[in-house]
Amino acid sequence: MGNDAQAGYLEYQGKYKGIAGWLLSTDHKRIGLLYLYAIIVFFFVAAFLGLLMRIELIAPGKTIMEPQTYNGLFTIHGIIMIFVIVIPGLAAVFGNFFLPILIGARDVAFPKLNLFSWYLYITGAVLGVMSQFMGSGPPDTGWTFYVPYSVESATSVIWALTAAFILGFSSILTGLNFIVTIHRMRAPGMKWMRMPLFPWALYATAWIQVLATPIVGITLLMVIAERVLNIGFFDPALGGDPVLFQHLFWIYSHPAVYIMILPAMGVVTEIFPTFSQKPVFGYGAIVVSSLAIAFVGYFVWGHHMFTSGMSYYARWFFSFLTFIVAVPSAIKVFNWISTMYGGSIDLKPPLLYAISFIFLFMIGGFTGLVLGALATNVQTHDTAFVVAHFHYIIFGGMGFAFFAGMHYWYPKMFGKMYNYRVANIAWVFNFVGFNLLYFPHFIIGIQGMPRRSYDYLPQFHTGHFISTIGAFILIAGLLLMLYNFIRAGRRGEKAPANPWHGVTLEWKIPSPPPHENFDEIPEITSRPYFFGSKEKANQ
Amino acid sequence: MTVHQTHTEHIDSETGKLGMWIFLFTELFLFGGLFLVYAIFRAKYSPEFHHAAEELNAFIGTINTVFLLVSSMTVAGALTAMQKGDRRMTLLLLSVTILLAGLFMVNKYFEWSHKFEYGIWPGSPVLKNMPHGELLFFGLYYMMTGLHALHVLVGMVLLSINVVKVRAGSVSSEHYLMLENSALYWHLVDLIWIFLFPLLYLIT
Repeated sequence: MGNDAQAGYLEYQGKYKGIAGWLLSTDHKRIGLLYLYAIIVFFFVAAFLGLLMRIELIAPGKTIMEPQTYNGLFTIHGIIMIFVIVIPGLAAVFGNFFLPILIGARDVAFPKLNLFSWYLYITGAVLGVMSQFMGSGPPDTGWTFYVPYSVESATSVIWALTAAFILGFSSILTGLNFIVTIHRMRAPGMKWMRMPLFPWALYATAWIQVLATPIVGITLLMVIAERVLNIGFFDPALGGDPVLFQHLFWIYSHPAVYIMILPAMGVVTEIFPTFSQKPVFGYGAIVVSSLAIAFVGYFVWGHHMFTSGMSYYARWFFSFLTFIVAVPSAIKVFNWISTMYGGSIDLKPPLLYAISFIFLFMIGGFTGLVLGALATNVQTHDTAFVVAHFHYIIFGGMGFAFFAGMHYWYPKMFGKMYNYRVANIAWVFNFVGFNLLYFPHFIIGIQGMPRRSYDYLPQFHTGHFISTIGAFILIAGLLLMLYNFIRAGRRGEKAPANPWHGVTLEWKIPSPPPHENFDEIPEITSRPYFFGSKEKANQ
Repeated sequence: MTVHQTHTEHIDSETGKLGMWIFLFTELFLFGGLFLVYAIFRAKYSPEFHHAAEELNAFIGTINTVFLLVSSMTVAGALTAMQKGDRRMTLLLLSVTILLAGLFMVNKYFEWSHKFEYGIWPGSPVLKNMPHGELLFFGLYYMMTGLHALHVLVGMVLLSINVVKVRAGSVSSEHYLMLENSALYWHLVDLIWIFLFPLLYLIT
């Protein structure tokens, strides 16, 4: 299907030339890359801040910074990582780039709104960074902005709240765009159950973005009103209720975890069939489990607050649903494993990352059940155990899926091949470094190490020491991976249209894709992921 | 046969409307957070909410409700007129809608300044000496009507843009998606008021 009449989107010359051709482009592929570059920059900033925190914790007592600096660091690390990187993350980068291609469309439903979302995103991200330098010092509330401290803190919390509000708005508009795109723009013949599974995951994600984000929007506005106008909703001295804030915050922020992880699941679901050369196992089950996660995930927020004061029945209810929401996630794991079973497995870097995703995600998932059970939660609440669980899900899950997606789609996005050997070495660093960094937190957490703590008792020293070593190894791996991609972009071999022998639509167009994606919109006649003959596909 | 959407083409009307409806859902959820807080504090401080609500002027509230309800009708009329190709009627009805919205805001201004005269504004000393329930009621009153007033202003801007576009001919009897979506937005603004009005003014 290669066609030289249309230049690749990277060289395409539209109304605007040069840098304006990127900053004013409504091409979903270019917007995807704008998100990608922004996310890489912010990710390394926040990762470096994390490394500074780890260096501080390498030994008890003061090592390199003051306690207040440490408080500021874990706050901005959290705000950037959560609101700027993982919430938009996979959906904004791979969703923007590949959703239209995977469903056989030329662009998203609202291209201008898409670009506007990116500008909102950048505005929010810059405001978040500015909060470090404006007003009265870096915010020190943690990314959760818990009242009453977020109202009392003398630092510039309002900047951070506004940043999160704007980022939320950007997230809503992206979700809205994707829902309408999926409803209206599918290629002829692509019925719902013929849609690839990454779009399905994005569809489930987009509904959470649209339905949950406004709640945190209004909650952040209420905290701003609380700070500026002394309005009293969350202030017990004025009759308000701080626990109410926690409810409102987690009504969004728990579903937000699924905003992060669902696209990640979608990405690896694309990778397993391709590198096993075998149809995905249980297409329908994966679709239903994505929707089930999105739906049930909406009703489990209370499990963040088991120790905050809730009725017995409320705790029972939230704990029960937390166990229920683990079921569809487990179904997906079974599907991925079964997809590989009996396939001709080709252990290239994307699959390596996808398999480590399963491994890390399962550790994160099972420890999540420890936290979701009422009795064990009381023991582990607000300890390093939570930090470990959280990073296994967010970084081990979403982060490694992001790396998997980068290695999978890099040839398509940039039209160049990267070096497998360097990619594999970087994977070893990342995987070993990651586990060394976060696994000790499970142990010291159970032993009683509190989270967000600047100093600690000598008995936790070994755990913290190993963890800091892991942080250095991980950073080295991340830099090596980045170097590999940059080198590939400059000097990599030209990528063929279909380097992995994939069968979804993005592999049927040239690498990099032309400006309009398809010369002719394809007709879809079967379900995706059939690697054999057409007859088999129609069975 | 196929929807040939490219990077530059116009958005078809069904797609545009679907996007708008989803956006309106998010607006409902935004206000939903405040309704939730209202419900919780109302349950906790029923007698004080009862007392504080009597301070609000139900007469001004009723007039404002009438303004908004009539404006919903006129904006719907403007859309129908556009569909029938009657530009003059469209412009007339749009102007009436904007006028009614303006009257609503003027009323709101007097209502709020009247409260300020009594020393009732968020964080004021008078308010701080009131019982907790009344303080929270007025906090909610300002937050909810304030956010709603902001939406009225946005709606007025949107409708004004429509007036310009109808005059310029870029909103026409063939392409009226912008007008239709603005009208949908305006109905939402009314809808939220229809809930705010009884919750704040009538249930005493």
